[in-house]
Amino acid sequence: MRNRVRILIPLLAAGLVAACSGGGGAGTPDTQAPKAADGAAPPAAGGSFPRNETLYTSGTQWGPPANWNPLREWDFATGTKGLVYETLFLYDPDADKFTPWLAESGEWTGDKEYTLKLRQGVTWSDGKPLTADDVVFTFELGKMETVPYHPVWTWLRSAEAVDAQTVKFTFTKANYQQWANNLYSRAIVPKHLWEGRSEDEVMNGSNERPVGTGPYAYQSHDQDRMVWVKRDGWWATKALSKDVKPKYIVDIVNSSNEVAMGLLLQKGLDLSTNFLPGIANLVKGNFGIKTYYPEPPYMMSANTAWLVLNTKKKPMDDAEFRKAVAFSVDTKKIVENVYGNLVKASNPTGLLPQWDKYVDQSVVSQLGFSYDPAKAKKLLADAGYKDTDGDGFVETPSGGKISLKLIVPAGWTDWMEAIRVISAGAKAVGINVEPDFPDYNALVDARNSGKFDMVLNNEKQLANTPWLYYDYLFRTPVQKLQTTVNFGRYENAKAWELAQQLDGVKPDDVEGMKKVTSELQKIQLQDMPVIPLWYNGLWSQTSDAVWKNWPSSAPGAPKYAPTVWRNWLEMGGVLMLTELQPVAG
Amino acid sequence: MWRYFGRKLLIYGLTFFVAVTINWMIPRFMPGDPVQSMLSRANIAQPEAVEAMRAHYTNLFGFDLPLWKQYANFWAALLQGDLGISIWVFPTPVTDVIVRAVPYTLGLLVPAILLSWVAGNRFGAFAARRKWLDNTALPVGYVLTATPYMWLAILLAWGLGIVAGVLPVAGAYSFAMEPSWSWEFLGSLVEHWLLPFASLFLVAFGGWAIGMRNMIIYELEADYVHYLQSLGASRRLVRRYAFRNAILPQITGLALQLGVLVAGALVTEIVFSYPGLGHLILKAIQNQDFFLLQGTFLFIVIGVLIANFVIDVAYVVVDPRTRIGMGEAA
Repeated sequence: MRNRVRILIPLLAAGLVAACSGGGGAGTPDTQAPKAADGAAPPAAGGSFPRNETLYTSGTQWGPPANWNPLREWDFATGTKGLVYETLFLYDPDADKFTPWLAESGEWTGDKEYTLKLRQGVTWSDGKPLTADDVVFTFELGKMETVPYHPVWTWLRSAEAVDAQTVKFTFTKANYQQWANNLYSRAIVPKHLWEGRSEDEVMNGSNERPVGTGPYAYQSHDQDRMVWVKRDGWWATKALSKDVKPKYIVDIVNSSNEVAMGLLLQKGLDLSTNFLPGIANLVKGNFGIKTYYPEPPYMMSANTAWLVLNTKKKPMDDAEFRKAVAFSVDTKKIVENVYGNLVKASNPTGLLPQWDKYVDQSVVSQLGFSYDPAKAKKLLADAGYKDTDGDGFVETPSGGKISLKLIVPAGWTDWMEAIRVISAGAKAVGINVEPDFPDYNALVDARNSGKFDMVLNNEKQLANTPWLYYDYLFRTPVQKLQTTVNFGRYENAKAWELAQQLDGVKPDDVEGMKKVTSELQKIQLQDMPVIPLWYNGLWSQTSDAVWKNWPSSAPGAPKYAPTVWRNWLEMGGVLMLTELQPVAG
Repeated sequence: MWRYFGRKLLIYGLTFFVAVTINWMIPRFMPGDPVQSMLSRANIAQPEAVEAMRAHYTNLFGFDLPLWKQYANFWAALLQGDLGISIWVFPTPVTDVIVRAVPYTLGLLVPAILLSWVAGNRFGAFAARRKWLDNTALPVGYVLTATPYMWLAILLAWGLGIVAGVLPVAGAYSFAMEPSWSWEFLGSLVEHWLLPFASLFLVAFGGWAIGMRNMIIYELEADYVHYLQSLGASRRLVRRYAFRNAILPQITGLALQLGVLVAGALVTEIVFSYPGLGHLILKAIQNQDFFLLQGTFLFIVIGVLIANFVIDVAYVVVDPRTRIGMGEAA
């Protein structure tokens, strides 16, 4: 007996030691990561990155980096497109300017023919030159059904390499606006490495060890980070005398706002592109944290938050009722109380500030809306909505009760607060709207299948053309599931016709575009299928501890978008990197 | 003896089957469509493209099959050790994702469970015989054991991480490092491990200490102790016998507490963004990643069952009465 217990104790102790060493050696499997990466880049000296050569970013990744496939434009590791794979052009949304990037120039050489000249001397990171064949190959990948830009081929007839530096695109229908969007959105991939990949490999392959033309190469990754290392021989250094300064870029996977805030305050993070509520206080206080603007709205605008009404349901099928809702929304209160001025109230057309030139002010002043409860009540009364049963809420003209739900995903705290404000405003004018917070996935289900009353949405991002917004508002025919556009199932043949017409106007023909957008805005404001609320920011907080010369509104500072968000590097993010300067030395 | 273990194994087998079935079912009862939420994050402009991708991924994950077929396929794949492909970290296989997370969870759990059990029992037995210690340690123990894991974790993170700034509050090792066998890296690993470990350890420690203290007091009043004392046995000897008897319920307690401790570890990991299984479960739920959720639960179920079995065996070794009982039954 006694002996047995004595044996047990050392056993237990041995177990403990084993367990402890298990704890201490928890990184064992991870040590394989850099080994696997050896082919791409040598490990950092001493296993750690010198702080003054490293740029820490965060705010893009919501999960471990799992693929480096530039065609997976929604979940590739931060920087795959932009740092490694590059696009033909860059687009600066603030200046509305296209900058030739991999392309040297490009122009419409016929009504339905576009000719692209490639830049000389661009090489892939494996040393092979970039040629017209790569560009043709990239666009032809779009012939595969699951590639995101597959729909291009409904109006693109062919892409052919005329010579090593020239590509000629011919179209069946010239959708100038969409084409311009494609010119800066599509990451060019190397034909010599991608050729022969099956559709499954192209779309679902993780594409480890990406070979691109960009300034960075894969260094390592782990569950909570992605590390890029600067590579020698980036073409832009020679061609444009542009150079990226950080040797390493470590992108940290988002865990929580508190962690991001903590890291930022401890100077462990240089660029946080998270939405950090209350950041205004830190910007005003002396914490060394800056935003693009030193005063409200602090951030550049990135997308519009819309109140989508289900136009297939009563009473939202009535334009007068929708307008009454629009007049009942106290957007100013949302901007000030919910966001602390981090966002900007939207123009009645919903077009982002960068698209101001497309807003027809005369239409807006005539048909636009603003917070006006009296007007909302009047609209309701005129359209026959009356409180017949005396419960304080109006009934439909035919006497039916109105009880609507406005939904946003549970846990999106700023939106939850915002719809409480909207609900209170609606109730004040007699419309019974209750806020509701289903789980995100349940909300997506309801939204796509049209089983909702009202929902907030901001999924359309800033881009080169307001056409994308009109596509979002008016696209028909309405499908069984509306997964990306026209959630409200609004059907107006004329509006969709106009939107397509807009697509056929050349981007440099601003007057021509305005003519169409003015018509569209008239329909939009008369019919009010969705109600624009506010512009969400391009959330971006920068620290001057290690890197300086961040983009900002200050005179002399770069004006590029300060972000590493997916699909934003080609909208200014890369140029931001070339402008950064180390604080010390 | 073999019949005893045979019976136990049968029960474990049944538990396993039921647990795995339930954990296959639960995610599928959640509202929403995982492929849809994956694609809605995609933010793809053209609806036609989304439709084609939807069809593709629904087929890829096998969601277009009837439920019974999905279930059958699930078992078939499981028996081949294939847990499917994660939706959240597409296209990584679930097994890879879990294998990367397991060392972190084990590294937290095993030392926390064993150390808190050993230290708690020792301390409880020690405190039971000293009045001043008993009066001070007992309330502290009660407070500790009644503390929710995550609350203590948040307190520790706030106190030692944010206010004092001595220990990091997130991640498994410094963002400036790459894994290597250097002292620097191991130090960073331990530094990040300390707080989550401490929050698990402290809560469990309080519970064991109180349990042991009560047991010892109870045992010291038992007849055999009085008998030993009247025979003139030394206090040391008496204490050793009492301790050995008092430890038995604590072993049973360990088996019962295991599930709670695992759950605690999961929550603690989330607080500290520690990249273990708990973190995975949260993410899997948020992203409707059925396969990852199944895989992680499966792993936990297996872990808890194995640990319970080990405790069963240990019980037989430690308590002679169980062996005698088994002998009679056989």
